Amino acid sequence: MRPVKIEVQAVSKVFGRDPKGALAKVRGGMDKQRLKDETEHVLGLHDISLTIREGETFVIMGLSGSGKSTLIRHFNRLIEPTGGRILFDGEDILTFDAARLQAFRRRKVAMVFQRFALLPHKTVVENVAYGLTLDGVPKAEALRRAGEQIALVGLSGFEKSYPAQLSGGMQQRVGLARALATDAEVLLMDEAFSALDPLIRHDMQLQLKDLQARLGKTIVFITHDLDEALLLGDHIAILKDGTLRQVGTGSEILARPADDYVARFVRDVNRARILLCGAFADAGLIVAPDAPVVEAGATLEAAFAAFAGGAQAVAVRNGDGRIKGALTAQRVMEALARE
Amino acid sequence: MTSGFPELWDTRSFGRALDSAFNSVVANWGETLEMVFMPVLRGITGLERGLQFLPWWVVVALFCAATWAAGRKVLPVVLVAALLVLLGLLGVWNEAMATVALMLAATILSVVIGVPLGIVMSRSDRMRGGMLPVLDIMQTMPIFVYLIPFVMLFGPGKIPALLATIVFAIPPVIRLTDLGIRQVDPEIVEASRSFGASPRQQLWTVQVPLAMPTIMAGINQTTMMALSMVVIASMIGAGGLGYQVLQGIQRLEVSRGLIAGLGIVLLAIIFDRIAQSYGRRVQANLHREGN
Ligand SMILES: Nc1ncnc2c1ncn2[C@@H]1O[C@H](COP(=O)(O)OP(=O)(O)OP(=O)(O)O)[C@@H](O)[C@H]1O
Ligand SMILES: [Mg+2]
Repeated sequence: MRPVKIEVQAVSKVFGRDPKGALAKVRGGMDKQRLKDETEHVLGLHDISLTIREGETFVIMGLSGSGKSTLIRHFNRLIEPTGGRILFDGEDILTFDAARLQAFRRRKVAMVFQRFALLPHKTVVENVAYGLTLDGVPKAEALRRAGEQIALVGLSGFEKSYPAQLSGGMQQRVGLARALATDAEVLLMDEAFSALDPLIRHDMQLQLKDLQARLGKTIVFITHDLDEALLLGDHIAILKDGTLRQVGTGSEILARPADDYVARFVRDVNRARILLCGAFADAGLIVAPDAPVVEAGATLEAAFAAFAGGAQAVAVRNGDGRIKGALTAQRVMEALARE
Repeated sequence: MTSGFPELWDTRSFGRALDSAFNSVVANWGETLEMVFMPVLRGITGLERGLQFLPWWVVVALFCAATWAAGRKVLPVVLVAALLVLLGLLGVWNEAMATVALMLAATILSVVIGVPLGIVMSRSDRMRGGMLPVLDIMQTMPIFVYLIPFVMLFGPGKIPALLATIVFAIPPVIRLTDLGIRQVDPEIVEASRSFGASPRQQLWTVQVPLAMPTIMAGINQTTMMALSMVVIASMIGAGGLGYQVLQGIQRLEVSRGLIAGLGIVLLAIIFDRIAQSYGRRVQANLHREGN
């Protein structure tokens, strides 16, 4: 198994004048609503423990106000927990002093923001070089490395533009390039794609997957879009009212929702985009040699085009290049209809 | 005559104590303070002489260059040049230059002192809580009240005029620096923090640049207030256009007062144009659209 990158141990967060006192009350059994009504403290997170492994994309989901942003801001200590520990590569980041914390933020973690949060008075290339210049990288080198990242996200030619001159999707690419430029091991993405329109959004999702495959970063990704979570996430954590309801792979959560809340959450999902061809291929079915081929790791949706083109059956190919079996349109329909 | 309010404590002896305390400050520190402010006085006098000594067209060219540097637009430059020529035609050139020297000195010192104070104020709510009432008092206290101690310390002249002007004109730049920094989008500051910016880096790479339009508005107000002080400051020996107005009043010469007053208005417009075109350019840089 991959080594652990971030370990969250029993983290709780209370907002208010006396967080510790309020947390004691919560431990004594007071719930979020009563805490708010009686003591005017907000319970942001309650007793969260989870493990994020190196190189995976870990998605945090939940409705508005469930504590997603609060949680992800603990990973680079933009928010200090009221209780609990956060280990990064086995080290407790809460013990870092100011200088150590700055160095940690400059080199180890980088963040992409929902509303981009670019520096409006700096050009695209200066924005992307920002983290490097904070770290004292000489200007020429910082700009050169920033230029590489800009090319990587497909924005060459816009180096000298200002953020306000770019579309939302382009601005978020700048945000992504800025986070990639410091070569941090962990990317924290707080609803990074939520402000984009569906087309650009899908584009960015694919681009992120592609980057992830090439660079192997650890990505913590927040979304409240289940399709996005299932597309990107190796593991998904579902939060409600500051508590963790379930952690698992997409198919685990789809197959065995931990409770009613999670079940309602996953009910409307587009199964064609989640279920994999490999899981439904019929090994006994022989297909014509010229039949269309899909990868076992592709979603059922990938087979749709072939059927629409008139194919009777589609061959399913394993990662090692051998044909594993075949899918018929009827089998696909059964898989989608299964409840 | 009976007083409407019972005298519960001895205001007169309090007043006397205050006066004698201040007198001893004057006696013990007056000379030292005068020494300390000597370089400032030399600076103002030098600036004034310089402006009066230079041929008028050189001064106009300098103003035009400053306007161009501030706004990179032709129209304000032309306007400033025209207004300066008008000032010369009014026959108050030398007086105007004396006023400009005092006002520039007061504005520069106000900015040098006020911007750091505003920054300090923006960093802590307690600091802000302590400073706001002081700024309120500075702005509402009748200006003549400051003149007394400054004149006692330095005797009539340019230094007390300068100090009284600074006290009167500095609040806007302090307030608006504080406000500008507090209004910077917290998400952008957070982003800067998330990339490991130290508090100082946050200040200089994000907060101050983004607060710049507001800070400039404060500097503009400070400039205008410094200019409006020139008449009052001339009562304690500041000279310049204000002194002409004062003489107009004393001699009941309507024309003298009117012309000098007009000169002050022209100067106000000139400095307002320069400050505003700078402010507009900074603003445009922040929200650039198209090219
Ligand atoms: N600084 C704060 N002070 C007080 N309460 C806060 C603060 N920040 C967050 N909260 C509260 O903590 C809870 C979780 O907020 P958070 O922003 O983490 O939600 P979220 O899941 O990110 O929601 P969204 O999807 O709307 O972004 C909310 O009830 C919110 O009101
Ligand atoms: Mg959020």
